[in-house]
Amino acid sequence: MTLLARPPQQREANTNRMPGSARVDLLVVSQMVDHGARVLDVGCGDGELLKILTETKDVDGRGIEISREGVNQCVAKGLAVIQGDADTDLADYPDDAFDYVILSQTLQATWQPRQVLEHMLRIGHFAIVSFPNFGHWKIRLKLLFLGRMPRTDNLPDTWYDTPNIHFCTIRDFRQLCDEIGAEIETAVALNAWGARLRINVPWWFWNLFGEQAVFRLSRGR
Amino acid sequence: MVEAHLNVAQDAPGTSEADNPRESLVVHFGPDKPLKLDAGVELSPFQIAYKTYGTLNSARSNAVLICHALTGDHHVASVHPVTKKNGWWETMVGPGRPIDTERYFVICANVVGACMGTTGPASTNPKTGKPWGLEFPVITIRDMVRAQAMLLDHLGIGTLFAVAGGSMGGMQVLQWAASYPERVFAALPVACATRHSAQNIAFHEVGRQAIMADPEWRGGRYLIENTNPRRGLAVARMGAHITYLSDAALHRKFGRKFQDRENPTFSFDADFEVESYLRHQGISFVERFDANSYLYLTRAMDYFDLAADYDGILANAFKNSPTRICVVSFTSDWLFPTSESRAIVHALNASGARVSFAEIVTDKGHDAFLLDEPELFAIVRGFLDGAAHARGLKVAP
Repeated sequence: MTLLARPPQQREANTNRMPGSARVDLLVVSQMVDHGARVLDVGCGDGELLKILTETKDVDGRGIEISREGVNQCVAKGLAVIQGDADTDLADYPDDAFDYVILSQTLQATWQPRQVLEHMLRIGHFAIVSFPNFGHWKIRLKLLFLGRMPRTDNLPDTWYDTPNIHFCTIRDFRQLCDEIGAEIETAVALNAWGARLRINVPWWFWNLFGEQAVFRLSRGR
Repeated sequence: MVEAHLNVAQDAPGTSEADNPRESLVVHFGPDKPLKLDAGVELSPFQIAYKTYGTLNSARSNAVLICHALTGDHHVASVHPVTKKNGWWETMVGPGRPIDTERYFVICANVVGACMGTTGPASTNPKTGKPWGLEFPVITIRDMVRAQAMLLDHLGIGTLFAVAGGSMGGMQVLQWAASYPERVFAALPVACATRHSAQNIAFHEVGRQAIMADPEWRGGRYLIENTNPRRGLAVARMGAHITYLSDAALHRKFGRKFQDRENPTFSFDADFEVESYLRHQGISFVERFDANSYLYLTRAMDYFDLAADYDGILANAFKNSPTRICVVSFTSDWLFPTSESRAIVHALNASGARVSFAEIVTDKGHDAFLLDEPELFAIVRGFLDGAAHARGLKVAP
């Protein structure tokens, strides 16, 4: 299985890029991280987010990435990254080892999303998760009218060769947070162009119009 | 007989290079500074032969220690005085190289027990005036590192910017990180493990038995009796050399090609290119290496088990380690496979250390760390640049 840190088409997408060519969802994630924090980026890809966090937030950053190419690119950039698998290797980390554990566009590609999330909240005080929202209206319409597994600009893979095996909607994710007792501290939904949706809208609106979501979670009491 | 075709040169390195190394700096440690060995005895007096490249900065913060492998020495980036060949890691160490001697002050010392100028079994035992031979105490990887620490004290270097090495050199790097975490800012263990596997001990034992089976070994007293177990040492090297390569690399390089002939000769001559190559490896090795040193250094590797010193828990060896560590392995290395490196990484993660780990795809086997591997160079360069930035060293433009 290739666990892509983020779908390849997003790496090339220009529509949601900001000055400095960083992806908007990465900027949203980085805004949720405190200065100087200890950060573990699970599925860190080529290290783009870790680099942003190191440069703008002066974090002590580490990464895990499943693809050998990604790891070697990261290490060559001077980042502390190891080759590993979110599904199996998080268990090796001790409790409270990090302030933030980040899972950027990787949750839907894990075998055990629930366990991954639980490990994240065990290892870190906060978990930051970004994922594509399968409840977006375009996806709903495609399934409704075409009767086939939806393919979008953001999620272009066919059902038989996608690395994304555990899609969820924003609503589903909220329910999982409830089940594992995670507290939602911040939630941000992004539209197709990477812009934030207005804050004061009900969840059903986000679930319909948010193409991506970014959640900051803490351990519930 | 196969042996008859191992036309080994008659000149052995003997005690001359061991006592008076050419092209080397030598520091003597007198009776006031003995080397305390794990074997429970002290080695005193003793000497360390070493080389340096580049310039130590005024803050003494840019020193990089290179640890050499089993059959390596301190001639890391300059012409070898015996073989006249280039330094064994010239692709890695030098001006503009990943370990850049224009930025870093590079030190490489011959390990204790070796035969190129640091005290070992081929050196003269001051008590007898004769070569140590098997009177030399058994040494360990930790003893080697302890000696290197004494050299750094002598040079006035408190903290190393980095320590790097492959294979047995990588074992020393890991031992450095465990024994002297405060003295190592960054560590780069390549193609190694925290303990020698049963298979590796087995290979070493075959090599040692080859040496000891040579009648010229004379119970280790060959330097005194003016003989030399060349054939035994050559066979040991031939066997070991196979483990440094890979099936794929041997196939790519030699296949079943014949050596200077069209057809098999129906004899035990070196018909195949691979045979000829191995014999050459064995013969040229004997010119520069001491058979007893081979016994001692392979033993040191066999005894290496870092976790054993920490109640069997590897993570304890790196507890609260401030050192940045970058572990590198190679896909086709079956002597120190990636799984061994993963074990190191798991332990470092569990202890919260700042660790990077990269596996490089190559068919060149264990020896890949010595060869032209652009990905390795990029990783070493990137890792050291990142560490230099954190250390406040000037980063190359």
